[in-house]
Amino acid sequence: MLTIAGTEFRSRLFLGTGKFSSSAVMADAIEASKCQMITVALRRVDLENPDDDIMSTLGQREYTFLPNTSGARDAKEAIRLAKLARAASGTSWLKLEVTPDPRTLLPDPVETLIATEELVKDGFIVLPYMNADPILALKLQDAGAAAVMPLGSPIGTNQGVLTDAMVEIIIEQARVPVVVDAGIGAPSHAAYAMEMGADAVLVNTAISVASDPVAMAAAFAKGVEAGRDAFKAGLGAANKEASASSPETGKLSTDLGFLA
Amino acid sequence: MNILLNGQEKECTDGSTVLELLASLKLTPESVVVEHNHEILQPEAYTAAELAENDQVEIIRFVGGG
Repeated sequence: MLTIAGTEFRSRLFLGTGKFSSSAVMADAIEASKCQMITVALRRVDLENPDDDIMSTLGQREYTFLPNTSGARDAKEAIRLAKLARAASGTSWLKLEVTPDPRTLLPDPVETLIATEELVKDGFIVLPYMNADPILALKLQDAGAAAVMPLGSPIGTNQGVLTDAMVEIIIEQARVPVVVDAGIGAPSHAAYAMEMGADAVLVNTAISVASDPVAMAAAFAKGVEAGRDAFKAGLGAANKEASASSPETGKLSTDLGFLA
Repeated sequence: MNILLNGQEKECTDGSTVLELLASLKLTPESVVVEHNHEILQPEAYTAAELAENDQVEIIRFVGGG
């Protein structure tokens, strides 16, 4: 069982709730994914559509809500959003996201570390979104992050875990859970991250933009489970030279000369 | 008088409260969080929080996000 900040999670798949075509599809996809942790963002209320409220769909259910600070460009903005998120959700869980460049949406390591330090002091359960930098992961962990969330590839790109060599080092060194976030585009990517020993993965776009998001959510649940089981089972080492799977003895080949 | 609501000018009655503003916007207080001149208001404070000329009000809620 995965434990983050004292809370246990049976499912190692976390789901983002962005870009779904409707609330109904989103709710069904969450259900199909069997996830227990879901991320949400904070935005100004659309005053033309006062009834458009995601919490009316999700609020009654027993998920752990992980509000993000998406849109924040520096530590100051992230901290402001974090406080709003805590006021709105009534919990201290926070996915810290500081992305100054709208083109790449890559996380700012310096501002993320500053914000983590401040928010942890203020009692937040901080899960920082970060580049796959093993040194930064240790610094965030030392600053009190409850988990670290290295990216597989840039947000929403569906390119998979391009950062695998660094993610492996992060996993090897971390004392806090490692959640691979961003860029995971297929159940095989999620399985790959889990096989490496990631504690969980966070997926959004790959599910919400699929032709059938509900079926894709179920497929991701299987991918995550298979990857985790494979990690626990212990993968065989990769080798460059062939090693026969079938016995080397008692082969017929030498006796088949008469076929010539 | 005018206030700045979610970054846009909005006319409202002199001396009206945050609770009245939410009602006029057809927003249930539980579904939003309100920042009044950069201070987060606790829901209990909505009745007492009176709006003044050029006040900045942000009304925020959760939306889908990753």
